[in-house]
Amino acid sequence: MDINDLRGISTAFLMITFIGMCFWAYNSKRKKAFDEAANLPFADEELNQATMQEEVKNG
Amino acid sequence: MSELNSALEHPTYNYKVVRQFAVMTVVWGIVGMLVGVLIAAQLAWPALNFDLPWFHFGRLRPLHTNAVIFAFGGSALFATSYYVVQRTCQVRLISDKLAALTFWGWQLVIVSAAITLPLGLTTSKEYAELEWPIDILITVVWVLYAIVFFGTIARRKANHIYVANWFYGSFIIAVAVLHIINSLEMPIAMNAFKSYSIYAGTVDAMVQWWYGHNAVGFFLTAGFLGMMYYFVPKQAGRPVYSYRLSIVHFWALVAVYIWAGPHHLHYTALPDWAQSLGMVMSLILLAPSWGGMINGMMTLSGAWHKLRSDPILRFLVVSLSFYGMSTFEGPMMSIKTVNSLSHYTDWTIGHVHSGALGWVAMISIGAIYHLIPILFGKERMYSTNLINTHFWMSTIGTVLYITSMWVNGILQGLMWRAYNQDGTLTYSFVESVTASYPGYVVRVIGGAIFFSGMLIMAYNVYMTSRKDIAPQAAPAVASAA
Repeated sequence: MDINDLRGISTAFLMITFIGMCFWAYNSKRKKAFDEAANLPFADEELNQATMQEEVKNG
Repeated sequence: MSELNSALEHPTYNYKVVRQFAVMTVVWGIVGMLVGVLIAAQLAWPALNFDLPWFHFGRLRPLHTNAVIFAFGGSALFATSYYVVQRTCQVRLISDKLAALTFWGWQLVIVSAAITLPLGLTTSKEYAELEWPIDILITVVWVLYAIVFFGTIARRKANHIYVANWFYGSFIIAVAVLHIINSLEMPIAMNAFKSYSIYAGTVDAMVQWWYGHNAVGFFLTAGFLGMMYYFVPKQAGRPVYSYRLSIVHFWALVAVYIWAGPHHLHYTALPDWAQSLGMVMSLILLAPSWGGMINGMMTLSGAWHKLRSDPILRFLVVSLSFYGMSTFEGPMMSIKTVNSLSHYTDWTIGHVHSGALGWVAMISIGAIYHLIPILFGKERMYSTNLINTHFWMSTIGTVLYITSMWVNGILQGLMWRAYNQDGTLTYSFVESVTASYPGYVVRVIGGAIFFSGMLIMAYNVYMTSRKDIAPQAAPAVASAA
Protein backbone atom coordinates (compact mmCIF):
# COMPACT_ATOMS: atom_id res chain seq x y z
CA MET A 1 0.00 0.00 0.00
CA ASP A 2 1.47 3.35 -1.02
CA ILE A 3 0.48 6.99 -0.87
CA ASN A 4 -1.72 6.66 -3.97
CA ASP A 5 -3.93 4.05 -2.31
CA LEU A 6 -4.38 6.47 0.56
CA ARG A 7 -5.34 9.23 -1.89
CA GLY A 8 -7.91 6.96 -3.54
CA ILE A 9 -9.34 5.86 -0.20
CA SER A 10 -9.63 9.44 1.07
CA THR A 11 -11.46 10.51 -2.11
CA ALA A 12 -13.87 7.57 -1.78
CA PHE A 13 -14.34 8.35 1.91
CA LEU A 14 -15.23 11.99 1.22
CA MET A 15 -17.63 10.98 -1.54
CA ILE A 16 -19.41 8.46 0.71
CA THR A 17 -19.58 11.08 3.49
CA PHE A 18 -21.16 13.59 1.09
CA ILE A 19 -23.73 11.11 -0.26
CA GLY A 20 -24.46 9.96 3.29
CA MET A 21 -25.03 13.56 4.36
CA CYS A 22 -27.48 14.09 1.47
CA PHE A 23 -29.47 10.99 2.51
CA TRP A 24 -29.41 12.17 6.13
CA ALA A 25 -30.64 15.64 5.24
CA TYR A 26 -33.33 14.48 2.80
CA ASN A 27 -34.65 11.63 4.98
CA SER A 28 -38.39 12.26 5.50
CA LYS A 29 -38.02 11.36 9.19
CA ARG A 30 -36.32 14.72 9.76
CA LYS A 31 -38.85 16.84 7.91
CA LYS A 32 -40.76 17.84 11.05
CA ALA A 33 -37.63 18.85 12.97
CA PHE A 34 -36.32 20.86 10.01
CA ASP A 35 -39.66 22.64 9.56
CA GLU A 36 -39.49 23.57 13.22
CA ALA A 37 -35.94 24.87 12.84
CA ALA A 38 -36.81 26.80 9.67
CA ASN A 39 -39.54 28.65 11.59
CA LEU A 40 -37.21 29.84 14.37
CA PRO A 41 -36.92 33.39 12.93
CA PHE A 42 -40.67 33.78 13.55
CA ALA A 43 -40.86 32.16 16.99
CA ASP A 44 -39.71 34.90 19.38
CA GLU A 45 -41.87 38.00 18.83
CA GLU A 46 -42.78 38.25 22.54
CA LEU A 47 -39.15 38.54 23.64
CA ASN A 48 -38.50 41.12 20.92
CA GLN A 49 -41.52 43.18 22.00
CA ALA A 50 -40.43 42.99 25.65
CA THR A 51 -36.94 44.20 24.72
CA MET A 52 -38.25 47.07 22.61
CA GLN A 53 -40.54 48.22 25.43
CA GLU A 54 -37.69 48.07 27.92
CA GLU A 55 -35.44 50.05 25.58
CA VAL A 56 -38.05 52.78 25.10
CA LYS A 57 -38.66 52.91 28.87
CA ASN A 58 -34.97 53.26 29.67
CA GLY A 59 -34.51 55.82 26.92
CA MET B 1 -29.45 40.09 43.08
CA SER B 2 -32.68 42.02 42.47
CA GLU B 3 -31.45 42.94 39.02
CA LEU B 4 -30.77 39.29 38.27
CA ASN B 5 -34.22 38.28 39.48
CA SER B 6 -35.99 40.82 37.33
CA ALA B 7 -33.93 39.65 34.37
CA LEU B 8 -35.09 36.11 35.00
CA GLU B 9 -38.71 37.15 35.33
CA HIS B 10 -38.69 39.41 32.29
CA PRO B 11 -36.01 38.13 29.94
CA THR B 12 -34.95 40.60 27.27
CA TYR B 13 -32.32 40.74 24.55
CA ASN B 14 -29.16 42.86 24.52
CA TYR B 15 -29.94 45.34 21.73
CA LYS B 16 -27.43 47.95 22.93
CA VAL B 17 -24.36 46.25 21.45
CA VAL B 18 -26.29 45.47 18.25
CA ARG B 19 -27.26 49.15 17.96
CA GLN B 20 -23.67 50.30 18.50
CA PHE B 21 -22.32 47.98 15.83
CA ALA B 22 -25.19 48.80 13.44
CA VAL B 23 -24.54 52.55 13.66
CA MET B 24 -20.79 52.03 13.24
CA THR B 25 -21.48 49.93 10.14
CA VAL B 26 -22.91 53.03 8.49
CA VAL B 27 -20.11 55.28 9.78
CA TRP B 28 -17.27 52.97 8.68
CA GLY B 29 -19.05 52.28 5.40
CA ILE B 30 -18.93 56.00 4.63
CA VAL B 31 -15.28 56.33 5.68
CA GLY B 32 -14.09 53.22 3.82
CA MET B 33 -15.98 54.02 0.62
CA LEU B 34 -14.81 57.65 0.67
CA VAL B 35 -11.20 56.42 0.72
CA GLY B 36 -12.15 54.05 -2.11
CA VAL B 37 -13.49 56.88 -4.26
CA LEU B 38 -10.36 58.91 -3.45
CA ILE B 39 -7.91 56.20 -4.55
CA ALA B 40 -10.00 55.48 -7.65
CA ALA B 41 -9.62 59.19 -8.48
CA GLN B 42 -5.86 58.96 -7.84
CA LEU B 43 -5.62 56.18 -10.43
CA ALA B 44 -7.44 58.33 -12.98
CA TRP B 45 -5.63 61.56 -12.05
CA PRO B 46 -2.31 60.71 -10.32
CA ALA B 47 -1.73 64.37 -9.39
CA LEU B 48 -4.20 63.75 -6.56
CA ASN B 49 -1.38 61.98 -4.69
CA PHE B 50 -0.20 65.54 -3.92
CA ASP B 51 3.32 64.10 -3.45
CA LEU B 52 2.46 63.42 0.20
CA PRO B 53 3.79 60.04 1.39
CA TRP B 54 0.85 59.36 3.72
CA PHE B 55 -1.65 60.39 1.05
CA HIS B 56 -0.13 58.12 -1.60
CA PHE B 57 -2.17 55.37 -3.32
CA GLY B 58 0.17 52.70 -1.95
CA ARG B 59 -0.65 53.61 1.65
CA LEU B 60 -4.30 54.51 1.19
CA ARG B 61 -5.23 51.35 -0.73
CA PRO B 62 -4.75 49.04 2.30
CA LEU B 63 -6.58 51.64 4.38
CA HIS B 64 -9.53 51.34 1.97
CA THR B 65 -9.55 47.51 1.94
CA ASN B 66 -9.18 47.24 5.73
CA ALA B 67 -11.87 49.86 6.31
CA VAL B 68 -14.49 48.32 4.03
CA ILE B 69 -13.77 44.66 4.87
CA PHE B 70 -13.00 44.73 8.58
CA ALA B 71 -14.56 48.01 9.76
CA PHE B 72 -17.72 48.17 7.60
CA GLY B 73 -18.16 44.44 6.91
CA GLY B 74 -16.89 43.45 10.34
CA SER B 75 -19.26 45.79 12.19
CA ALA B 76 -22.16 44.51 10.07
CA LEU B 77 -21.23 40.92 10.95
CA PHE B 78 -20.89 41.69 14.68
CA ALA B 79 -24.22 43.55 14.72
CA THR B 80 -26.22 40.94 12.83
CA SER B 81 -24.59 37.87 14.45
CA TYR B 82 -25.28 39.21 17.97
CA TYR B 83 -28.86 39.99 16.91
CA VAL B 84 -29.54 36.72 15.10
CA VAL B 85 -27.97 34.47 17.73
CA GLN B 86 -30.15 36.03 20.45
CA ARG B 87 -33.37 35.94 18.48
CA THR B 88 -33.02 32.41 17.11
CA CYS B 89 -31.72 30.97 20.41
CA GLN B 90 -34.39 32.95 22.31
CA VAL B 91 -31.90 33.96 24.98
CA ARG B 92 -29.89 37.07 25.90
CA LEU B 93 -26.13 37.21 25.12
CA ILE B 94 -24.25 35.42 27.92
CA SER B 95 -22.41 38.56 28.99
CA ASP B 96 -23.18 42.23 28.33
CA LYS B 97 -19.71 43.19 29.56
CA LEU B 98 -17.85 40.84 27.21
CA ALA B 99 -20.05 41.96 24.33
CA ALA B 100 -19.21 45.60 25.13
CA LEU B 101 -15.52 44.67 25.23
CA THR B 102 -15.74 43.22 21.72
CA PHE B 103 -17.35 46.46 20.52
CA TRP B 104 -14.73 48.78 21.98
CA GLY B 105 -11.89 46.37 21.19
CA TRP B 106 -12.93 46.17 17.53
CA GLN B 107 -13.20 49.97 17.28
CA LEU B 108 -9.69 50.22 18.75
CA VAL B 109 -8.41 47.82 16.06
CA ILE B 110 -9.99 49.98 13.37
CA VAL B 111 -8.59 53.23 14.74
CA SER B 112 -5.12 51.67 15.05
CA ALA B 113 -5.34 50.59 11.41
CA ALA B 114 -6.41 54.07 10.34
CA ILE B 115 -3.34 55.55 12.06
CA THR B 116 -0.63 53.00 11.20
CA LEU B 117 -1.44 52.30 7.54
CA PRO B 118 -1.04 55.92 6.30
CA LEU B 119 2.21 56.05 8.33
CA GLY B 120 3.46 53.19 6.17
CA LEU B 121 3.59 50.64 9.00
CA THR B 122 2.66 47.42 7.24
CA THR B 123 3.53 43.72 7.04
CA SER B 124 2.85 44.01 3.28
CA LYS B 125 0.63 40.91 3.36
CA GLU B 126 -2.54 41.70 1.44
CA TYR B 127 -5.64 41.99 3.69
CA ALA B 128 -3.31 41.21 6.66
CA GLU B 129 -1.25 44.42 6.57
CA LEU B 130 -1.63 45.30 10.25
CA GLU B 131 1.53 44.95 12.34
CA TRP B 132 2.02 42.53 15.21
CA PRO B 133 0.67 44.52 18.20
CA ILE B 134 -2.62 45.03 16.34
CA ASP B 135 -2.61 41.35 15.30
CA ILE B 136 -2.49 40.39 18.97
CA LEU B 137 -5.33 42.79 19.78
CA ILE B 138 -7.42 41.27 16.96
CA THR B 139 -6.79 37.78 18.36
CA VAL B 140 -7.95 38.81 21.84
CA VAL B 141 -11.11 40.50 20.57
CA TRP B 142 -11.87 37.52 18.33
CA VAL B 143 -11.57 35.02 21.19
CA LEU B 144 -13.97 37.14 23.28
CA TYR B 145 -16.34 37.24 20.28
CA ALA B 146 -16.23 33.42 20.05
CA ILE B 147 -16.94 33.11 23.81
CA VAL B 148 -19.96 35.42 23.60
CA PHE B 149 -21.34 33.80 20.44
CA PHE B 150 -20.87 30.12 21.29
CA GLY B 151 -21.67 30.70 24.96
CA THR B 152 -25.03 32.13 23.90
CA ILE B 153 -25.69 29.14 21.65
CA ALA B 154 -24.83 26.81 24.54
CA ARG B 155 -27.48 28.48 26.70
CA ARG B 156 -30.19 28.55 24.02
CA LYS B 157 -33.87 28.02 24.82
CA ALA B 158 -34.73 26.78 21.33
CA ASN B 159 -34.11 23.11 20.51
CA HIS B 160 -32.39 23.65 17.21
CA ILE B 161 -29.36 25.72 16.24
CA TYR B 162 -30.78 27.76 13.36
CA VAL B 163 -28.79 27.51 10.10
CA ALA B 164 -27.74 31.18 10.19
CA ASN B 165 -25.81 30.42 13.39
CA TRP B 166 -23.96 27.59 11.67
CA PHE B 167 -22.71 30.02 9.07
CA TYR B 168 -21.79 32.69 11.64
CA GLY B 169 -20.09 30.02 13.78
CA SER B 170 -17.98 28.68 10.90
CA PHE B 171 -17.01 32.27 10.03
CA ILE B 172 -15.82 32.93 13.60
CA ILE B 173 -13.81 29.69 13.87
CA ALA B 174 -12.27 29.84 10.40
CA VAL B 175 -11.25 33.51 10.70
CA ALA B 176 -9.53 32.74 14.04
CA VAL B 177 -7.53 29.91 12.46
CA LEU B 178 -6.68 31.93 9.32
CA HIS B 179 -5.66 35.05 11.23
CA ILE B 180 -3.40 33.26 13.69
CA ILE B 181 -1.62 31.04 11.16
CA ASN B 182 -1.07 33.74 8.53
CA SER B 183 0.04 36.33 11.11
CA LEU B 184 2.82 34.22 12.68
CA GLU B 185 5.64 36.75 12.62
CA MET B 186 8.75 37.78 14.49
CA PRO B 187 8.99 41.39 15.75
CA ILE B 188 12.44 42.88 15.12
CA ALA B 189 12.29 44.29 18.68
CA MET B 190 9.67 44.51 21.39
CA ASN B 191 9.50 48.29 21.03
CA ALA B 192 9.41 48.29 17.21
CA PHE B 193 6.32 48.35 15.03
CA LYS B 194 7.96 46.02 12.53
CA SER B 195 7.96 42.25 12.14
CA TYR B 196 8.89 39.59 9.61
CA SER B 197 6.68 36.64 8.67
CA ILE B 198 7.96 33.22 9.74
CA TYR B 199 7.21 31.96 6.22
CA ALA B 200 9.43 32.56 3.19
CA GLY B 201 9.28 32.19 -0.59
CA THR B 202 6.61 30.00 -2.17
CA VAL B 203 5.39 28.74 1.21
CA ASP B 204 4.78 32.35 2.23
CA ALA B 205 2.80 32.94 -0.96
CA MET B 206 0.71 29.80 -0.44
CA VAL B 207 -0.03 30.56 3.24
CA GLN B 208 -0.89 34.14 2.30
CA TRP B 209 -3.41 33.10 -0.39
CA TRP B 210 -4.79 30.26 1.68
CA TYR B 211 -5.54 33.08 4.14
CA GLY B 212 -6.54 35.57 1.44
CA HIS B 213 -9.05 33.39 -0.35
CA ASN B 214 -10.58 32.09 2.86
CA ALA B 215 -10.95 35.65 4.09
CA VAL B 216 -13.22 35.85 1.03
CA GLY B 217 -14.76 32.45 1.76
CA PHE B 218 -15.42 32.79 5.45
CA PHE B 219 -15.34 36.50 6.31
CA LEU B 220 -17.05 37.78 3.14
CA THR B 221 -19.16 34.72 2.26
CA ALA B 222 -20.05 32.41 5.17
CA GLY B 223 -20.65 35.32 7.55
CA PHE B 224 -22.88 37.14 5.07
CA LEU B 225 -24.73 33.92 4.19
CA GLY B 226 -25.56 33.76 7.90
CA MET B 227 -27.03 37.25 7.48
CA MET B 228 -28.92 36.09 4.38
CA TYR B 229 -30.45 33.07 6.15
CA TYR B 230 -32.05 35.26 8.80
CA PHE B 231 -32.91 38.54 7.09
CA VAL B 232 -34.23 37.24 3.75
CA PRO B 233 -36.82 34.91 5.37
CA LYS B 234 -37.66 37.55 7.99
CA GLN B 235 -38.13 40.40 5.51
CA ALA B 236 -40.05 38.16 3.08
CA GLY B 237 -42.21 36.85 5.95
CA ARG B 238 -41.74 33.19 5.07
CA PRO B 239 -39.32 30.45 6.16
CA VAL B 240 -36.32 29.58 4.02
CA TYR B 241 -37.11 27.63 0.81
CA SER B 242 -35.27 24.42 1.76
CA TYR B 243 -33.74 23.81 5.16
CA ARG B 244 -32.29 20.53 3.84
CA LEU B 245 -30.49 22.30 1.02
CA SER B 246 -29.06 24.75 3.55
CA ILE B 247 -27.43 21.86 5.45
CA VAL B 248 -25.97 20.19 2.36
CA HIS B 249 -24.64 23.43 0.89
CA PHE B 250 -23.22 24.57 4.24
CA TRP B 251 -21.00 21.49 4.65
CA ALA B 252 -20.05 21.45 0.97
CA LEU B 253 -19.13 25.16 1.08
CA VAL B 254 -16.91 24.96 4.18
CA ALA B 255 -15.25 21.74 2.98
CA VAL B 256 -14.38 23.06 -0.50
CA TYR B 257 -13.57 26.76 0.08
CA ILE B 258 -10.46 25.96 2.11
CA TRP B 259 -8.77 24.44 -1.00
CA ALA B 260 -9.34 27.23 -3.51
CA GLY B 261 -6.47 29.57 -2.53
CA PRO B 262 -3.88 28.42 -5.13
CA HIS B 263 -5.90 30.00 -7.97
CA HIS B 264 -4.33 33.31 -6.84
CA LEU B 265 -0.93 31.87 -7.78
CA HIS B 266 -1.45 30.52 -11.32
CA TYR B 267 1.74 30.53 -13.43
CA THR B 268 3.95 31.34 -10.44
CA ALA B 269 6.64 29.28 -8.63
CA LEU B 270 3.86 27.31 -6.91
CA PRO B 271 4.05 23.65 -8.09
CA ASP B 272 1.79 22.92 -11.06
CA TRP B 273 -0.19 20.23 -9.27
CA ALA B 274 -1.12 22.71 -6.50
CA GLN B 275 -2.28 25.23 -9.11
CA SER B 276 -4.44 22.60 -10.82
CA LEU B 277 -5.86 21.44 -7.48
CA GLY B 278 -6.81 25.03 -6.66
CA MET B 279 -8.46 25.43 -10.06
CA VAL B 280 -10.52 22.22 -9.79
CA MET B 281 -11.64 23.00 -6.24
CA SER B 282 -12.63 26.52 -7.37
CA LEU B 283 -14.76 25.04 -10.16
CA ILE B 284 -16.49 22.64 -7.74
CA LEU B 285 -17.19 25.62 -5.49
CA LEU B 286 -19.80 26.85 -7.97
CA ALA B 287 -22.25 24.18 -6.74
CA PRO B 288 -22.37 25.02 -3.01
CA SER B 289 -22.26 28.76 -3.79
CA TRP B 290 -25.28 28.54 -6.05
CA GLY B 291 -26.98 26.29 -3.51
CA GLY B 292 -27.05 29.28 -1.17
CA MET B 293 -28.12 31.72 -3.86
CA ILE B 294 -30.96 29.47 -5.07
CA ASN B 295 -32.12 28.85 -1.50
CA GLY B 296 -32.29 32.59 -0.84
CA MET B 297 -34.01 33.44 -4.12
CA MET B 298 -36.58 30.63 -3.91
CA THR B 299 -37.56 31.81 -0.42
CA LEU B 300 -39.37 34.54 -2.30
CA SER B 301 -41.41 32.17 -4.48
CA GLY B 302 -45.03 33.18 -3.99
CA ALA B 303 -43.94 36.49 -2.50
CA TRP B 304 -42.30 38.14 -5.50
CA HIS B 305 -44.91 40.91 -5.44
CA LYS B 306 -43.34 42.18 -2.20
CA LEU B 307 -40.36 43.38 -4.24
CA ARG B 308 -42.59 46.00 -5.83
CA SER B 309 -43.22 47.81 -2.56
CA ASP B 310 -40.33 46.86 -0.28
CA PRO B 311 -36.94 48.39 -1.15
CA ILE B 312 -35.27 46.57 1.80
CA LEU B 313 -36.25 43.22 0.30
CA ARG B 314 -35.00 44.53 -3.04
CA PHE B 315 -31.56 45.21 -1.50
CA LEU B 316 -31.46 41.65 -0.15
CA VAL B 317 -32.58 39.94 -3.34
CA VAL B 318 -30.40 41.97 -5.71
CA SER B 319 -27.43 41.23 -3.44
CA LEU B 320 -28.16 37.53 -4.01
CA SER B 321 -28.13 38.07 -7.78
CA PHE B 322 -24.72 39.73 -7.51
CA TYR B 323 -23.60 36.84 -5.28
CA GLY B 324 -24.70 34.34 -7.93
CA MET B 325 -23.00 36.35 -10.65
CA SER B 326 -19.66 36.77 -8.88
CA THR B 327 -19.57 33.12 -7.74
CA PHE B 328 -19.99 32.14 -11.38
CA GLU B 329 -17.34 34.60 -12.52
CA GLY B 330 -14.86 33.44 -9.84
CA PRO B 331 -14.66 29.77 -10.87
CA MET B 332 -14.48 30.86 -14.51
CA MET B 333 -11.52 33.16 -13.77
CA SER B 334 -9.79 30.38 -11.83
CA ILE B 335 -9.51 28.28 -15.02
CA LYS B 336 -5.84 28.61 -15.94
CA THR B 337 -6.41 29.60 -19.59
CA VAL B 338 -8.89 32.32 -18.58
CA ASN B 339 -6.60 33.38 -15.75
CA SER B 340 -3.69 33.87 -18.15
CA LEU B 341 -5.76 36.68 -19.67
CA SER B 342 -7.41 38.08 -16.54
CA HIS B 343 -4.64 37.88 -13.94
CA TYR B 344 -2.99 41.18 -12.86
CA THR B 345 -5.61 43.15 -14.83
CA ASP B 346 -8.52 45.31 -13.66
CA TRP B 347 -10.87 42.37 -14.36
CA THR B 348 -9.82 41.03 -10.94
CA ILE B 349 -10.70 44.36 -9.31
CA GLY B 350 -14.07 44.30 -11.08
CA HIS B 351 -14.73 40.74 -9.88
CA VAL B 352 -13.87 41.65 -6.30
CA HIS B 353 -16.22 44.63 -6.36
CA SER B 354 -19.13 42.73 -7.86
CA GLY B 355 -18.81 40.63 -4.70
CA ALA B 356 -17.91 43.48 -2.36
CA LEU B 357 -20.38 46.15 -3.52
CA GLY B 358 -23.08 43.95 -5.04
CA TRP B 359 -23.16 41.12 -2.51
CA VAL B 360 -21.48 42.08 0.79
CA ALA B 361 -22.40 45.77 0.93
CA MET B 362 -25.92 45.43 -0.43
CA ILE B 363 -26.94 42.55 1.86
CA SER B 364 -25.45 44.45 4.83
CA ILE B 365 -27.30 47.62 3.87
CA GLY B 366 -30.56 45.65 3.57
CA ALA B 367 -30.01 43.99 6.95
CA ILE B 368 -29.16 47.32 8.64
CA TYR B 369 -32.31 48.95 7.20
CA HIS B 370 -34.26 46.02 8.66
CA LEU B 371 -32.54 46.42 12.05
CA ILE B 372 -32.39 50.17 12.65
CA PRO B 373 -36.13 50.75 13.30
CA ILE B 374 -36.26 47.75 15.67
CA LEU B 375 -33.18 48.93 17.56
CA PHE B 376 -34.56 52.45 17.97
CA GLY B 377 -38.08 51.31 18.85
CA LYS B 378 -39.70 52.60 15.64
CA GLU B 379 -42.19 50.95 13.34
CA ARG B 380 -40.13 51.52 10.21
CA MET B 381 -37.34 53.64 8.76
CA TYR B 382 -37.96 57.40 8.66
CA SER B 383 -38.30 57.39 4.86
CA THR B 384 -39.04 54.39 2.64
CA ASN B 385 -38.59 56.57 -0.45
CA LEU B 386 -35.02 57.36 0.53
CA ILE B 387 -34.28 53.61 0.93
CA ASN B 388 -35.56 53.19 -2.61
CA THR B 389 -33.33 56.01 -3.86
CA HIS B 390 -30.38 54.42 -2.08
CA PHE B 391 -31.19 51.07 -3.68
CA TRP B 392 -31.03 52.47 -7.21
CA MET B 393 -27.84 54.42 -6.50
CA SER B 394 -26.17 51.26 -5.15
CA THR B 395 -27.26 49.18 -8.12
CA ILE B 396 -26.25 51.75 -10.76
CA GLY B 397 -22.96 52.47 -8.97
CA THR B 398 -22.06 48.77 -8.83
CA VAL B 399 -22.95 48.15 -12.48
CA LEU B 400 -20.86 51.14 -13.65
CA TYR B 401 -17.93 49.95 -11.53
CA ILE B 402 -17.88 46.35 -12.69
CA THR B 403 -18.56 46.96 -16.38
CA SER B 404 -15.77 49.57 -16.61
CA MET B 405 -13.36 47.12 -14.97
CA TRP B 406 -14.42 44.28 -17.31
CA VAL B 407 -13.65 46.46 -20.30
CA ASN B 408 -10.34 47.63 -18.80
CA GLY B 409 -9.31 44.12 -17.75
CA ILE B 410 -9.89 42.47 -21.11
CA LEU B 411 -8.27 45.42 -22.87
CA GLN B 412 -5.17 45.23 -20.66
CA GLY B 413 -4.94 41.42 -20.93
CA LEU B 414 -5.14 41.54 -24.73
CA MET B 415 -2.66 44.40 -25.06
CA TRP B 416 -0.10 42.73 -22.77
CA ARG B 417 -0.17 39.45 -24.71
CA ALA B 418 -0.06 40.97 -28.23
CA TYR B 419 3.13 40.09 -30.15
CA ASN B 420 4.55 41.36 -33.42
CA GLN B 421 5.70 38.91 -36.10
CA ASP B 422 9.32 39.26 -34.97
CA GLY B 423 8.38 38.31 -31.40
CA THR B 424 8.56 41.77 -29.84
CA LEU B 425 5.69 43.16 -27.76
CA THR B 426 3.15 45.22 -29.73
CA TYR B 427 2.41 47.60 -26.85
CA SER B 428 4.49 49.08 -24.08
CA PHE B 429 3.00 48.86 -20.57
CA VAL B 430 2.29 52.57 -20.42
CA GLU B 431 0.18 52.34 -23.58
CA SER B 432 -2.16 49.97 -21.72
CA VAL B 433 -2.33 52.47 -18.84
CA THR B 434 -3.29 55.27 -21.24
CA ALA B 435 -5.93 53.06 -22.83
CA SER B 436 -7.38 52.34 -19.35
CA TYR B 437 -8.03 56.02 -18.58
CA PRO B 438 -11.71 56.15 -19.67
CA GLY B 439 -12.48 53.06 -17.58
CA TYR B 440 -10.84 54.63 -14.56
CA VAL B 441 -13.03 57.72 -14.91
CA VAL B 442 -16.20 55.63 -15.20
CA ARG B 443 -15.11 53.75 -12.07
CA VAL B 444 -14.75 57.02 -10.12
CA ILE B 445 -18.29 57.98 -11.21
CA GLY B 446 -19.75 54.57 -10.25
CA GLY B 447 -17.96 54.57 -6.90
CA ALA B 448 -19.05 58.13 -6.15
CA ILE B 449 -22.69 57.21 -6.84
CA PHE B 450 -22.45 54.19 -4.51
CA PHE B 451 -20.77 56.34 -1.85
CA SER B 452 -23.42 59.07 -2.09
CA GLY B 453 -26.07 56.42 -1.43
CA MET B 454 -24.38 55.76 1.90
CA LEU B 455 -24.78 59.44 2.84
CA ILE B 456 -28.50 59.18 2.16
CA MET B 457 -28.55 56.11 4.39
CA ALA B 458 -26.79 57.98 7.19
CA TYR B 459 -29.41 60.78 7.02
CA ASN B 460 -32.24 58.24 7.06
CA VAL B 461 -30.70 56.39 10.03
CA TYR B 462 -30.20 59.66 11.93
CA MET B 463 -33.82 60.74 11.35
CA THR B 464 -35.05 57.29 12.44
CA SER B 465 -33.01 57.50 15.64
CA ARG B 466 -34.49 60.84 16.71
CA LYS B 467 -37.12 60.54 19.42
CA ASP B 468 -38.97 63.70 18.43
CA ILE B 469 -39.59 62.64 14.83
CA ALA B 470 -42.08 59.99 13.72
CA PRO B 471 -41.48 58.00 10.53
CA GLN B 472 -43.08 59.46 7.42
CA ALA B 473 -46.32 57.83 6.35
CA ALA B 474 -45.50 54.72 4.36
CA PRO B 475 -46.54 54.77 0.68
CA ALA B 476 -49.90 53.07 0.16
CA VAL B 477 -48.44 49.99 -1.55
CA ALA B 478 -45.83 49.52 1.15
CA SER B 479 -48.37 49.46 3.96
CA ALA B 480 -50.48 46.96 2.00
CA ALA B 481 -47.47 44.62 1.87
